[in-house]
Amino acid sequence: MTDTTKTAPWRFRQPSVLPGFGLSLGITLSWLVLIVLIPLSGLVFRASGLGWSDFVALTLDPRTLNALKISFGTAFLAAVINLIFGVILAWVLVRYRFPGKRVIDAMVDLPFALPTAVAGIALTTLYAPNGWIGQVIEPLGLKVAFTPAGIVVALIFVGLPFVVRTVQPIMEEIDKEVEEAAATLGASRFQTISRVLLPGLMPAGLTGFALAFARGVGEYGSVIFIAGNLPYVSEIAPLLIVIRLEEFNYAAATAIAAVMLAISFAMLLFINSIQAWSRRRYVYVA
Amino acid sequence: MSHDLTASSVASPLPASGPQPALPQLAAATSESRFARLTLTITALAFVALFLLLPLAAVFTEALRKGPAEFVAALGDAETFSAIRLTLTVAAIAVPLNLVFGVAAAWAIAKFEFKGKAFLTTLIDLPFSVSPVISGLVFVLLFGSHSLIGPWLQSHGIQILFAVPGLVLATVFVTFPFVARELIPLMQEQGSSDEEAALSLGASGWQTFWHVTLPNIKWGLLYGVLLCNARAMGEFGAVSVVSGHIRGETNTMPLQVEILYNEYNFVAAFAVAALLALLALITLILKTALEIRYSAEIAASRRH
Amino acid sequence: MVFGRITGIVGLAIVLGGLQLGAASVAFADTTILNVSYDPTRELYKDFNAAFAEKWKADTGETVTIQTSHGGSGKQARSVIDGLQADVVTLALEADIDAIAKGTGKIPADWKSKFENNSAPYTSTIVFLVRKGNPKGVKDWNDLVKPDIQVITPNPKTSGGARWNFLAAWAYGRAANGGDDAKAQEYVTELFKHVPVLDTGARGATTTFVQRGLGDVLLAWENEAYLSLEELGPDKFEIVTPSISIKAEPPVALVDGNVDAKGTRKVAEAYLGYLYSDAGQKIAAKHYYRPFKPAAADPADIARFGELKLVTIEDFGGWKEAQPKFFGDGGVFDQLYKPGQ
Repeated sequence: MTDTTKTAPWRFRQPSVLPGFGLSLGITLSWLVLIVLIPLSGLVFRASGLGWSDFVALTLDPRTLNALKISFGTAFLAAVINLIFGVILAWVLVRYRFPGKRVIDAMVDLPFALPTAVAGIALTTLYAPNGWIGQVIEPLGLKVAFTPAGIVVALIFVGLPFVVRTVQPIMEEIDKEVEEAAATLGASRFQTISRVLLPGLMPAGLTGFALAFARGVGEYGSVIFIAGNLPYVSEIAPLLIVIRLEEFNYAAATAIAAVMLAISFAMLLFINSIQAWSRRRYVYVA
Repeated sequence: MSHDLTASSVASPLPASGPQPALPQLAAATSESRFARLTLTITALAFVALFLLLPLAAVFTEALRKGPAEFVAALGDAETFSAIRLTLTVAAIAVPLNLVFGVAAAWAIAKFEFKGKAFLTTLIDLPFSVSPVISGLVFVLLFGSHSLIGPWLQSHGIQILFAVPGLVLATVFVTFPFVARELIPLMQEQGSSDEEAALSLGASGWQTFWHVTLPNIKWGLLYGVLLCNARAMGEFGAVSVVSGHIRGETNTMPLQVEILYNEYNFVAAFAVAALLALLALITLILKTALEIRYSAEIAASRRH
Repeated sequence: MVFGRITGIVGLAIVLGGLQLGAASVAFADTTILNVSYDPTRELYKDFNAAFAEKWKADTGETVTIQTSHGGSGKQARSVIDGLQADVVTLALEADIDAIAKGTGKIPADWKSKFENNSAPYTSTIVFLVRKGNPKGVKDWNDLVKPDIQVITPNPKTSGGARWNFLAAWAYGRAANGGDDAKAQEYVTELFKHVPVLDTGARGATTTFVQRGLGDVLLAWENEAYLSLEELGPDKFEIVTPSISIKAEPPVALVDGNVDAKGTRKVAEAYLGYLYSDAGQKIAAKHYYRPFKPAAADPADIARFGELKLVTIEDFGGWKEAQPKFFGDGGVFDQLYKPGQ
C-alpha cells in the first residue's frame, strides 16, 4: 500500500481523517472469525468431508427436498402476507392518528423479544381445535393447527416486524411535496399511491420481505409445536436436521444444514445489494 | 434492515400532526378518503390483534388460570429460580461482548470506505438468517467429542458443551448482529462531520468517540442492547442443542418452559413464559418511554 | 448520563454472574452424579433420587446429589456421545445405549450383562388412552384403523416410546395374520394413515391428545397413560389394554469412562443397584412401571396393571436387527410415508 495516492486506482480504503480504523476493524474481524466464521466453517468442513456424490445424494433425497420445499414455500407465503399487511400497518402507523397508536407501534417488536418456544405454545393454544380461534374456525372447515397453514401462522408472527420496521422509516421520509405535485398534475389518490409512492417503497419492502423470508426458512422453536410434523406434509427442514441427528446421522444433518446455510447467505447478499443499490438511487438529504 | 426503526421511526412522533398542506383542496389529494382510512386502520389493527395481541393474551391467561397464588408459587420453585439465574448470567456475559463488537463494527463500517464492506456486512447479518438449530449444531460439531479439539478439551477437563460456556457461545452467536445492525444505518446517516470537527479542534480519537460519537448514537445503542438482551434471554433452539438439560444446572428459562410444559405443569410453564413475555414487554415499554421522553433530542441527533 | 449508568449496570451484572459461577462450582465439592434419562421418567427419578440419597447417607455418611437430565431418548444419547458427563444413563431403548457404547467407548459393548434382567430394572408396555366413556368403542388394535378414528403417536424417528408403539402395532398385525410380516406392514401402513400429527416426543404427543383435544386414541407407555390419568383427570380419560402388546424394556447402564474420570464409580454403581432393591422396585411400581421383581412391590400397585399377551424385542431379532430394519434411514417407517401422501 505504498504510494497509492498518485497512481494506483485500487486501494483498500479511502483516506479518512478519523482514527481507529485498524482497531475497530480488528475487533470486528476477530470477533466475527471467532464466533461466526470458525463455527460455520466447521460445518462446511464436515459437509465437504462427505464427498460430492454423497452430498448430492443426501440433498436430493425426496424427503429432504420435500422438507426444503415446505420450509421455503411456507416462509414465502408468510413473507408475502407480511409484506401486504406489514406495509398497510406501517402506513397506518406513519400517517394516521388513533388511540393506542404508541402501544401498537411498540407491540410490533414483540416477536423479536418473545422467545420462539413461548410463541409456538401460545399460537398452538389459540389455534388448536379447542383453542380460542380454533373453536371459531374449525366448524367453518378451516384447520390451522397441525397443518401447513399452522406453519404459515407461526412464520407470520415471527416475520412481521422485519417488514414493518424496514418500510416504516422510509415512509416517514417521503416528502409530501411529491404527493402534492402528483395531485396537482391531476393524479387521483389511488394513482399517486400506486404509481408514485409504492415504487419508492419497493426496495425497502423487498428487503423486509427477504428478511422475513430468510428468518422464516430457518425458524424452528415456534413451528414444531403447531406444525403437525408429518413427513412430506408439514415437516420443515430444521426439524429434518433434528431427526437426522436423532438417528446419529451427522452426515445427512450437516448436508441439509450446509444447503440451508448457502441459501441464507445468498439471500442476505441479495438483500444487501438491494440496499446498497437503493442507497445510491434514493438519496435522502437530511 | 429491521432495526432501522431506531431513531427514524421515532423522529416524528406524530407525523400526521406535521405541517398541514398550504392549500386546503390538496389535503384530500395527499390523504385518503375517510372510508379508506378507516378500512386500512381496522385492517391493520385486526392483523395486529390476531397475530400479536392474542398470543400474548393467551400466555397470561394460561399463567393465571389457577389464580395469582399458583403463579407466584410456580416462580418460587428452586429449579425455576436457578433457570432464571442462569439466564441472567448468560445474558450478562453475552450482551456486553456483543455491545463492544457492535460499536467497533459500526465504527469501521459506517465511518470508513473500504473494499469488501458489503461482504463484511453480509457476514455480520448471517446469524440472523441461520436456523437456530444450525447455530447450536455448529458448536456441537466444533466442540463435541468427535471434533478436532473436543478430545483435547476433555483431557484437560475443560467443559464447553453442556455447560455455561456453550450456552454463552450459542447465545453470542444468535444475538451477534443486533447491536451492529442497529448502529450501522444510524451512523451512516449521521456521517462523520461532527467527528472531523472535533478532531480538527485537537480532540484525541478516544475523546472524540466518548464526547461526540457516543452521545449521538446512545439511543440507537440502547435499543440495540435492549433487543439483544431480549433475544439473549429468549433464545430456545440454539441453546436447546448445547444445553444438556441438566435440571437446576444448565436449563435456561425458555428450556425450563419446555420442561415444565412436558411435565404437564402448564400453569408453571406459562408462568415462566409470562415472565419472559413480561421481560419482552418491559423492553418494549422502556424503549417507547425513552422515545417519548427524548424524542426531541433523538430527532436532533438524527438531523446532524 | 443514561448510557454510563447502563454500562455500570451491565458491569455489575457481569461481576454478579461471575460470583454465581464461583458459587456453582463450590457446590460440586459434594459428590454429584448425573443421571441422563428420557422423558417419562421424571416423576420416577424424582422420588427414587430422594430415596437413594437418604439411603446413601445412612450407609456411608456421605451426601450425594443426583442431577437429572430428561429429553427424547435419542437426543439424550447424542448429548452423551458429544460429551455430556453422564455417570449413568437410563434410556428408553437399548439401541441408544449401544450408540453411546459405539460412539464413545465409555460403555463396554457387553453392558447389558452388567445388571440383572438384561439391565432393565423395570419394564412397561404400550396401551391405549381414550376419552372418557370410550365414545368410539375402541377395544383393540383392529379398531384403530376404522374410518373415523384418529390415532396420536409421536414420531418413531425422534421418540423412543414411539418405536415401541410401532413394534406393538406390528406385533398385532403379525399375530392377527398368522405371522405374515407383509400383512403386518399393510396394517401398520393403514394405521399411520390415521395419524394426523407426529410430535417429536412422547410428552408432546400426550399434550396434543389431552390439551389440544386432538385424536381419539393415544398410543402411550403404560406408565405414561396412568400418569396422565393421575395428573390430568381420571374423569376425562380412560385406559384400554389391547389384547397384545410389546414388553418395553428401558435399560440402564453405567458410563464407565465418565465415572472413572470423576471418581464416582462406587456411588453410581450403588445407584443403579438400588433400582433392583426391594425399595427401588417398590418405587418403580408406584410410578406405574412393571417391576422386575413384582413380589417386592405393593400388591395394590401390581393389581393396577391389565392382563395382556406380551411379545418382546427378541421376536423382532433384537434391537440390533430391528433398529436399522424398521427405523433406519430408508427403513420400513420411511417407506410408510410416500411423497404426496
